[in-house]
Amino acid sequence: MRVVIAEDLALLRDGLIRLLGAFGFEVVEAVDNGPSLLRALTAHRPDVAVVDVRLPPTFTDEGLKAALEARKQVPGLPVLVLSQHVEQLYARELLSDSSGGIGYLLKDRVSDVQQFVEAVRRVADGGTALDPDVVAQLLTRHAREEPLQALTPREREVLGLMAEGRSNAAIAGRLFVTEKAISKHTNNIFGKLGLPQSEDDNRRVLAVLAYLGS
Amino acid sequence: MIEREGVTDRIGEHARRAFVNIVRGLIQIVLANLVNLPLFILTVLSIAFIPLGVGVFLTPVAVLAVRGVANQQREWAEGWSGVRIPVPYRPEPAGRVGPLRRLRWLLTDPATWRDLLWSLLNVPVGLVLGVLAAGLPVYGLEGVFVAPWLAQVSDYGWGPFWPLEDWGAFGLAGVIVLGTALTAASVPLGGAAVKAHALFTQALLAPTRAALTERVRRLAESRSETVDASAAELRRIERDLHDGAQARLVALSMNIGLAEEMMKHDPETAQRLLAEARAASGSALTELRDLVRGIHPPVLAERGLDGAVRALALSLPLPVDVKIALPGRPEAPVESAAYFAVAEMLANVVKHADASRAWVQIEHPGDRLVMIVGDDGPGGADPAAGSGMRGIERRLGAFDGTMAVTSPPGGPTIVTMELPCALSSPKTLPS
Repeated sequence: MRVVIAEDLALLRDGLIRLLGAFGFEVVEAVDNGPSLLRALTAHRPDVAVVDVRLPPTFTDEGLKAALEARKQVPGLPVLVLSQHVEQLYARELLSDSSGGIGYLLKDRVSDVQQFVEAVRRVADGGTALDPDVVAQLLTRHAREEPLQALTPREREVLGLMAEGRSNAAIAGRLFVTEKAISKHTNNIFGKLGLPQSEDDNRRVLAVLAYLGS
Repeated sequence: MIEREGVTDRIGEHARRAFVNIVRGLIQIVLANLVNLPLFILTVLSIAFIPLGVGVFLTPVAVLAVRGVANQQREWAEGWSGVRIPVPYRPEPAGRVGPLRRLRWLLTDPATWRDLLWSLLNVPVGLVLGVLAAGLPVYGLEGVFVAPWLAQVSDYGWGPFWPLEDWGAFGLAGVIVLGTALTAASVPLGGAAVKAHALFTQALLAPTRAALTERVRRLAESRSETVDASAAELRRIERDLHDGAQARLVALSMNIGLAEEMMKHDPETAQRLLAEARAASGSALTELRDLVRGIHPPVLAERGLDGAVRALALSLPLPVDVKIALPGRPEAPVESAAYFAVAEMLANVVKHADASRAWVQIEHPGDRLVMIVGDDGPGGADPAAGSGMRGIERRLGAFDGTMAVTSPPGGPTIVTMELPCALSSPKTLPS
């Protein structure tokens, strides 16, 4: 799998190259600023890009802007954005074209190597990987509303994991129950929230995020 | 051709300026006699009636009406003659105050009495200068176009030629020449009269030395509060780092060192230590992130006030309508103060207001940032009660900013905060 990495701190950039290399990714280019990132993304069209939000020259949200621009030119280009802080505002912008292939995680999550690599793969496959912090905020925001009140605590837990972008199988593994049990929960959730059912994992995640993002 | 057009243009411009002077002169004449004089009498009577009770309610109305007229004059002085006259009034006491305190606020302000003196003096001064501004061009034109004809049918004259009939042809030429000259000179002279009025207004309506002293005192007070507050803030950050992230990093490196030692003969313990180390690094990162957010939120650096407030609104557990219209960004310290003021207000709404929705409106009308935070809660918020609101006032005070709270029982609560500042043009912004 071909990856482009954008990170301006050399220590972290080398760490990411080594980490992804160890799990069989081929790092085609590692850049350290916004303009080079946009060029690398449109030139290489990698299977997935791992991008830091804040990059030179402006040290603002250069990386995020370059990623969004690249996705405009190459629709659906899978991008996993890393940051020292997560904002729903940015999550919303990343998810706004609802074509999937989006990840948005705190940099801390890299320390859980297995989970991180799984997230990169999921994004490369057109899936979603949303940070638990963002999901928690989304859920708090809707916590006072009627449909969410109607969910059982277990269903709310499943909804949270689904919003992070996990498949039924992954959620089942995480909660130590069968996939069938999770499937029952998700059906209940979709029924209570009035969302259309779907067998496709990615489409299902996007429906949940669209619901929570509104 | 070009020459003639130039002359026509100049005459047109001259006529326009003469007309403007006439209008301004007339406005001053009318204002001096039909507004200033009645308002002066009304105010004096209201104050005289304070012992009878009715004056308690009439005086603020009269005084504020005088202030309205004075403020209009300040605007005109700047707009017409470029004479800047700052508004000297003391700030209205915050919150809901009784009529007697309101009365005291108005009557102890020296600016009130200077307004009143100005109202009285402006009756003759406004009249004379207004007559000069409006009358000179009219009289000049009259000399050229009206006086020669009127003198033929009746006993009439103009300027030094009175009656005109006695002066013969010399008089007729003199009237036309002098009338033309006066018409031409009336534009600068009328302008000077308008400006003289502005300067007279400035002399009485600008802040006095006492007001400046008061301002210096307020600034010194807010500065020392700001210095105290930022010293306390630094102390808090130091303690948070020392007891939090720093201590965790020490434990972390200790665990890693131990794990290194144990790797060979006790790999199981080594693995447990490494897992602990990773957990400790996670907590340290979370603590640092919260600390950074409290010092200067990263999204504020990345997106400015607009993006940061929108991001904040999205993270709150109740819907917040955000309306922001800013053509540029304020200076970083002002931006930060503005952000934290709005953030603290919204945190108050979430914590205390029992509201179902809130709204934020930020705009920059000219020379200041105006931030309005409102909620549909039951009201009754008391700015004196919460230390949070006091903190915001202090933050804003450091930049000469102000805060006003209206929170009647039953709601809604609306907090208006203002920060004087300029905006940098968006072109200089990193995009």
